[in-house]
Amino acid sequence: MKNEFKVIADLIEKDKKVLDVGCADGTLMKFLKEHKNIKIRGLEISKNKVQECISKGLTVIEGNAEKDLKQFPDKSFDYVVLSQTLQAFLNPELVLNELLRVGKKAIVTIPNFGYWKVRFHLLFRGTMPITKTLPDEWYNTPNLHMCTIKDFVTFVKSRDIKIFKSLALNNLNTSSINENNLIFKNLFADLGIFLIEK
Amino acid sequence: MNIETNIKTLIVKKPLKLDCGKTIKDFPIAYETYGSLNSKKDNAILVFHALTGDQFVTGLNPMTKKDGWWSYAVGPDKAIDTNKYFVICSNVIGGCMGSYGPSHINPDTKNIFGTNFPVITINDIVNAQYSLLDHFGIDKLFSITGGSMGGMQVLQFISNFPDKSKTVVPIATTSSHSAQNIAFNELGRQAITADSNWNDGNYSSKNINPGKGLAVARMAAHITYLSKKGLQEKFGRKLQEREDLKFGFDADFQIESYLRYQGSVFVDRFDANSYLYITRAMDYFDLAKQFNGNLSNAFKNTKAKFFIISFTSDWLYPTQENKDIVIALNSIGADVGFVEIESDKGHDSFLLDVPDFLSALKNFLDKSYIEN
Repeated sequence: MKNEFKVIADLIEKDKKVLDVGCADGTLMKFLKEHKNIKIRGLEISKNKVQECISKGLTVIEGNAEKDLKQFPDKSFDYVVLSQTLQAFLNPELVLNELLRVGKKAIVTIPNFGYWKVRFHLLFRGTMPITKTLPDEWYNTPNLHMCTIKDFVTFVKSRDIKIFKSLALNNLNTSSINENNLIFKNLFADLGIFLIEK
Repeated sequence: MNIETNIKTLIVKKPLKLDCGKTIKDFPIAYETYGSLNSKKDNAILVFHALTGDQFVTGLNPMTKKDGWWSYAVGPDKAIDTNKYFVICSNVIGGCMGSYGPSHINPDTKNIFGTNFPVITINDIVNAQYSLLDHFGIDKLFSITGGSMGGMQVLQFISNFPDKSKTVVPIATTSSHSAQNIAFNELGRQAITADSNWNDGNYSSKNINPGKGLAVARMAAHITYLSKKGLQEKFGRKLQEREDLKFGFDADFQIESYLRYQGSVFVDRFDANSYLYITRAMDYFDLAKQFNGNLSNAFKNTKAKFFIISFTSDWLYPTQENKDIVIALNSIGADVGFVEIESDKGHDSFLLDVPDFLSALKNFLDKSYIEN
């Protein structure tokens, strides 16, 4: 299991109720169910991935986060997880609001467009950056609204969203982000993980 | 038909008050079982059939000499694995495969019921079937499942008996019969009652049969079970055993011949009055209405695990109507999974060899059974 999921799992206490939005093949769901006794649900848009989840015995609803989160009542989950998908929505703000409505807390991870390799790629090659967390070409990327860690922090603050924890990931290293090191982390982390609440 | 030798029957002694106000008692429920009930009696799956189905789910149907209606899904090592599970299915009341219906004798008049049989509902149908649990000594089913009208019975059953099944799998169904579906059913009923042989429902005593009307009803309904794309690919404008158009009203096109065939074989195995009664039961089905318009309340007392399946090309019970059930369940925090299966076989997809559907059904059941 990738490091990002280990970090997410560490943020969630045992026996909680969790919704994994864009749960893909259910790797994180399965881990949370088996190791933390989490009552876990998934929402996934891809039919093939929904089938994979079913074959793992996971409860998944085929659906689109932009339309289908509204069926869940307010604060019906302890945590709602959104891993590296916020930038792919037509309206990320709407989805973020829905995550925070449905979940008591939300865990959102974003691929950091401020990562030095991304900046270098654009600066020196003059082409759209391709990295481990951003593997697609400009013409086939699902990402519509890329942002940096700094952008995200600025955005949530402007919307009065509380940040409980911000973590920077660079390969296997995890570190905390604070106001003093934000500029530094924005350069050296390829992934940001945020525990937020509204 | 040698009904006595091929049909297992349970006589329900306990009076059953029907939604129409009448009470029936000492009535037969015809059923069939597959696989065997384990010693803990926790491996039973109650399967509900659709409008024209019967209790002969799989294997050779002894009455029609054809494969059972869900042979693709039910059997040894299949999606509903009879090596593992004990499958029970019964003919709905109002039906014509042995359960109490309009072709039975009215005990009060000693004549065939015909249209004097009470109008039944999906609620009455599942209440009657509940007797099977007592009969087999099953306290809790492992699962209940069915497609189309079978799915309606699934929803009604878990609403009526919230702690009687661990898992619940409604397929290609609805919680409320739509205007379009009522319209198609009415078309079928009008075709039957317009046949002079229908004779206000008194045809068997006169040795006549409204076969033409029933065949037209079946033909119209059959079109609704398929998709436009499926029909086009299978038949297109292909001609039936002829080089050119004949400038007449014989079946020039293969699709015409196919529908005529479907109509004619249906008449041999189905009773016209049963068709009236069962379509009426479907039309009356509105689970939300039973709970003052709030579908969620139908499920608020159950802890069962739901898995809902729809098909992309099903325009009779479209994905949205299946999703409405998912939404109602999510709004009360129920354990519900949902998948829409890609298929161009229309509403009939659930009866056919659609591998993604069959594997999803199998995976859900088998994984849930392990957790059992």
